[in-house]
Amino acid sequence: MTTATASDVSGRSFVDRLKGYSPPSQVLPVLATFALLVGMFGVGSIRYEGFASPQVVLNLFVDNAFLIVLAVGMTFVILTGGIDLSVGSVVALSTMIAASTLRAGWPPTMAVLAVLVTGTTLGLAMGLVIHYFEVQPFIATLAGMFLARGLCYLISVESIPIKDETFQSLSAASITLPGELYVTPTVLISLLVVAIAAWVLHMTRFGRTVYAVGGSESSAMLMGLAVARVKVGVYAISGFCSSLGGLLFALYMLSGYSLHAVGMELDAIAAVVIGGTLLTGGYGLVIGSLLGVLVLGTIQTFISFDGTLSSWWTKISIGVLLLVFVVLQRFFTRREVS
Amino acid sequence: MTHMSADAHPSSGPRPGDAPSDIEPVVEMTGITITFPGVTALDDVSFRMFPGEVHALMGENGAGKSTLIKALTGVYTIDAGTIRVGGTEQQFAGTATAQAAGVSTVYQEVNLCTNLSVAENMMLGREPRRLGRIDHRRMNRRTREVLARLGLDIAPRSRLGDHPIAVQQLVAIGRAVDIEARVLVLDEPTASLDSEEVDKLFEVVRSLRSQGVAILFVSHFLDQVFAISDRMTVLRNGRLVGEHLTRDVTRLELVEEMLGRELEVLERLDREPSRQPDERRTPVLRAVGLGRKGALAPVDLDVYDGEVIGIAGLLGSGRTELARLLFGADASDSGTVELRGRRVHLRSPRKAVDQRIGFSSENRRSEGVIGDLTVAENMLLGLQAARGWLRPVPPRTRDQLVTKYVEALDIRPANPDALMRNLSGGNQQKVLLARWLIMQPDLLILDEPTRGIDVGAKAQIQQVVDDLARDGMGVVFISAELEEVLRLSDRLVVMRDRHKVDEIPNVQTTTADLMAIIARDEEVARA
Ligand SMILES: Nc1ncnc2c1ncn2[C@@H]1O[C@H](COP(=O)(O)OP(=O)(O)OP(=O)(O)O)[C@@H](O)[C@H]1O
Ligand SMILES: [Mg+2]
Repeated sequence: MTTATASDVSGRSFVDRLKGYSPPSQVLPVLATFALLVGMFGVGSIRYEGFASPQVVLNLFVDNAFLIVLAVGMTFVILTGGIDLSVGSVVALSTMIAASTLRAGWPPTMAVLAVLVTGTTLGLAMGLVIHYFEVQPFIATLAGMFLARGLCYLISVESIPIKDETFQSLSAASITLPGELYVTPTVLISLLVVAIAAWVLHMTRFGRTVYAVGGSESSAMLMGLAVARVKVGVYAISGFCSSLGGLLFALYMLSGYSLHAVGMELDAIAAVVIGGTLLTGGYGLVIGSLLGVLVLGTIQTFISFDGTLSSWWTKISIGVLLLVFVVLQRFFTRREVS
Repeated sequence: MTHMSADAHPSSGPRPGDAPSDIEPVVEMTGITITFPGVTALDDVSFRMFPGEVHALMGENGAGKSTLIKALTGVYTIDAGTIRVGGTEQQFAGTATAQAAGVSTVYQEVNLCTNLSVAENMMLGREPRRLGRIDHRRMNRRTREVLARLGLDIAPRSRLGDHPIAVQQLVAIGRAVDIEARVLVLDEPTASLDSEEVDKLFEVVRSLRSQGVAILFVSHFLDQVFAISDRMTVLRNGRLVGEHLTRDVTRLELVEEMLGRELEVLERLDREPSRQPDERRTPVLRAVGLGRKGALAPVDLDVYDGEVIGIAGLLGSGRTELARLLFGADASDSGTVELRGRRVHLRSPRKAVDQRIGFSSENRRSEGVIGDLTVAENMLLGLQAARGWLRPVPPRTRDQLVTKYVEALDIRPANPDALMRNLSGGNQQKVLLARWLIMQPDLLILDEPTRGIDVGAKAQIQQVVDDLARDGMGVVFISAELEEVLRLSDRLVVMRDRHKVDEIPNVQTTTADLMAIIARDEEVARA
């Protein structure tokens, strides 16, 4: 007999045991991703000269700023148990709208506004269809994907260069850090988006309801939570993030083109999953998605450092990683259940 | 609910609702009809509640209790009738709008998000905020306070899913009682609670009642209903059969009104001496020193054919943990298990099923209901899986088995092709139980098999278990209801504080004896 020195008889031991619960860790999968990242850098620095330099790390952010923003929006959607296949096309559409409006002489702020409004509206529309007509997110956003890509061609089949001065100077701008390092403004924007998203997801009612809906939509409904607002809202957020990501991509490429960002939605989804977010919803952290993007970026860096590897290795390694992570997640969820 | 004694009638204090003529009802539902394809779930039902009363809604499984509640809160739209809350006609659009009008509800199954923290599950939707930012500090503090009233001291930040179902149920109750409500609806809130928790809940309910809150209470535990309610409304087959002051009816009358017939099978089941264990035989299952760190101290247990072992103990005493270890649902880290004298290593439920062990878990709903399959399919799932998919159960046998158990457990609607999700909570439970009974395992572990099941069906289930044991099945029977354990068991194992503290043959044992054993160890520990 263990020594329960309870003065009341009310199943004390039971209570005691419960007190010992530490908060369960959502952090674990994120740590796994982080460890993977560090491991990859370890291997890289052994194999290639100059791989583990600070600027290489920073370049991961520079080259993937747009993908980070997309992954943030995708995280919101996946946390509710949904999926958004339209993001790649919306990126392309955004570059097109930016490039064509700028060519038509719009002031840059108006062009930016037009892009953001279009993307957000498109996301909102998909959200409304998904929630109110009970259409599968997969189908609704697949339609959105075709629609956005189609609209690109409607604007132009050709690539449109961006010659606007503001855009050009922004594109060329860099922020020098101590130690002869630099980042671009787009990096700051993407990190700001990550920070805001993390804050919203953890500190606001909207954010917590996102998790609730992902955990169990019917329960959230019976708890009297604003399920409709959240379910529609996450697609609007993803739409906004895609268009913002599109703008960053436009700055990166300095052109608008219908064939930009083909398949980028899959990169975003891969990043989110590798970052530890469960595809079934309810579990995941936005910081994980950031790490997921960095993992994808590191794979690319590997390939470019190696020089002999074909770029197909990127896809192959992403595929393998995805598989490993999904299997790991299965393990996690199994353990949760029992 | 074995004894039909009428001595539990509370008779203290002034009874609210004595003079309804001069008090306005806070809820008044008139002529409510709700039809689902093929079923009239409610047929012209009227129902009213007065401020400051506890109103019990009674009826068998499938009588329409939950449906009436969902009509009130707007989860279902009504086909006919009117609903008035606080004097104004209302048609709520769902929990949120009902809540805004002062109707706070705990639905039958725990409807919370297991991926969120305890505090979030309690407070989300009305959590304290500052400039849009959730004040986690205050939220956690408030959660602690509310849970303390329910006698629960758990970390508000811990994840809900890490807690046993009873705790989750208390959190759901906490969520509802913390809302400033005029009407509090509790649909089977006590299904997975032990008497201690129930007492705490009743304290809270009484204090809310004295503040003028009207409380709607659904339970299949008659003791509880008589202990807490002032008035009751009885439904049968979707129709209203009566409204009474609780003190004006006896249990017998109530049960008759609910079932529409007399209840015969409630006497103590006869125990036959031949079913005392014979130490010379090999047991079906012999566990020696079976344990798991943090869950269960090493336990020895023998189960012989044709024997029902009852496991008694308070919530958290380790009774469910023992069941899970026996079945291999959790991995043990000490001890051995022998099946018919052969050492086995039960690494997974799958393995246990192969060895002809069955386990109906206390979380049957979340672990087994497949809403989109029919009743028959849900029932045969286990049998089919055990036979392997290459050897389908012959159609004739299927039909026979399904019909047999639909009848034996009184599943309603008695239609094997009904979709599982359209069954009432209690009837879903019965189907899941049937899934295991159909497989006729050598050893069947039943964790709270009669939870949420009405008085009539409960007796039937006990009868079925008894019959199976007579036919040679070994049964491990776990229930929070000591009367039930005593009625069925040949031998009793008492658990406390994750230890097996006693094992006695069930000869003339009473609930008082059992409680004494459980409490004795408290004394020892205290001394
Ligand atoms: N969505 C639905 N579709 C079809 N039939 C339904 C639906 N919901 C409930 N029913 C039927 O309505 C009847 C009443 O069910 P209800 O859930 O109200 O019973 P209950 O009194 O709460 O029973 P229990 O004690 O088992 O919880 C049952 O026959 C059930 O099968
Ligand atoms: Mg019910």
